[in-house]
Amino acid sequence: MSRAAGIAAVARAVAWRSIHNFLTNPAFLLPAVMFPLFFFISFAGGLAAIGEVPGFDFPSGYTAFQFVFVLLQSAAFGGVFTGFAMARDFESGFGRRYMLAAGHRSGIVAGYALAALIRSFITWGILTAVALIAGMNVSGSAGEIIALYTLAILVNVAATMWAAGVALRVRSIQGGPLMQFPTFLVLFLAPVYVPLDLLSGWIHAIASINPVTALLEAGRGFISGDPVLVGAAFAIGITLVALFTLWAKGGLRSAEAAG
Amino acid sequence: MSGSLSIQVGQLARRSVLRTLRQPAQIVPALVFPLFLLAVNASGLQDATELPGFPTDSYLTFVLAVPFIQGALFSVMNSGTDLARDIETGFLNRLALTPLRGAALLSGLLAGSFLLGVVQAAAYLSVGLLAGAELAAGPAGALVILALSVCITVAFGTIGLFAALRFGSGEAVQGLFPVFFVFLFLSSMALPLDLLTTDWFHAIASANPISYLLQAFRSLLIEGWNLGELALGFGIAAAIFTVGMLAATSALKTRLVRT
Repeated sequence: MSRAAGIAAVARAVAWRSIHNFLTNPAFLLPAVMFPLFFFISFAGGLAAIGEVPGFDFPSGYTAFQFVFVLLQSAAFGGVFTGFAMARDFESGFGRRYMLAAGHRSGIVAGYALAALIRSFITWGILTAVALIAGMNVSGSAGEIIALYTLAILVNVAATMWAAGVALRVRSIQGGPLMQFPTFLVLFLAPVYVPLDLLSGWIHAIASINPVTALLEAGRGFISGDPVLVGAAFAIGITLVALFTLWAKGGLRSAEAAG
Repeated sequence: MSGSLSIQVGQLARRSVLRTLRQPAQIVPALVFPLFLLAVNASGLQDATELPGFPTDSYLTFVLAVPFIQGALFSVMNSGTDLARDIETGFLNRLALTPLRGAALLSGLLAGSFLLGVVQAAAYLSVGLLAGAELAAGPAGALVILALSVCITVAFGTIGLFAALRFGSGEAVQGLFPVFFVFLFLSSMALPLDLLTTDWFHAIASANPISYLLQAFRSLLIEGWNLGELALGFGIAAAIFTVGMLAATSALKTRLVRT
């Protein structure tokens, strides 16, 4: 069996188990689906009046404006929650059995990443359906919408690799806050409620240098049919995936060294 | 209160307070997380004050009410998780062999929530005022804010006790966190009820008691002294406390029969 085929075989097995656990345990499934929905309902429903603030000029309306944030947020947290599952597996000793059984151990990380992606597809499907039922305006073309979801995939893979790197180093669910808090921080220090131009003070300064801002602005450009920062957003997304994949590989070495 | 009951409550209260103080993991997130969201929301949504009918020109003042409720949500987790741990480790079984009264157990366990409530309220109010929030009711209003915050924290703590006694598992108590967050998100957390322009969201937020708890804080911060709003806030806290204690007392009886 070639190296690639070996990695794929391990990844399939790990992903199948992870997805099976996710779909059959309501304690894992419900928060993953409900959290993004409640963020969306709260932001799009409760803050709809923000769309009437002087200077707020988003052609597709506030629901679409917030949909992009919640989509990217659910992408990131889909990765983080998968990191929780990985940490739990290593804490219970199941991860060590994976390490002993897998011919190509990078397939373990790839399997969790595949599971994270499938989990996110489920969440995004429900989120998108709810948003459309709620009357979200989509002005972007089919290509632009595909580009929006491609950005979300990059965010999901980057977040999974970040969380995997932590999980493989800490090998305990106690590493959960370390996976979650920086992700939460970087997401909320971006233009969440209003466009960057309407922010002022310290939050504007931080949001201006936060890479998530470019991802958000590009995503909002796609949904409104007015693409902006496309090159920058994809470059940031790919760079994040590359950097955090290296971070996860380092974690794998750490787990191997720990025995 | 009879002498023996006061001794029992005192002993358990001392244990609850010490246990809270010795667990920075309980205190730090309850302080840091709400303050982080306060900082982000106060800056990110400042433009909302330009909406016609917004009650103040400082969004920080408006949103300063929110951390008090978020802090109380942590009280549910902390009080419930502590009691669930006592159940899981068998400590409650040992207490059941003593002449300890149920009322003493529940009251004593709430002492940790009381302490956390005082620390949280003082921290949120101090940081808010230092950051430039207004307090229309003056220094006496600060005392009422502290009192209201502690009442709400203890009231929410009874729900944590009930959940721990009913389910007997820390994980189940932790699972309540998203449920309570939903209540917060579907309230007038981000905008006043009058400015919730989405009909269904306005209807839900109007029926949500959290909206009126927030309004009680806001009346002191923005208006001055509005006895009707305050009475409603304290009344809702008292109602939650009564229902929570009755439910916890009933669950305690069932739990002690089981063990």
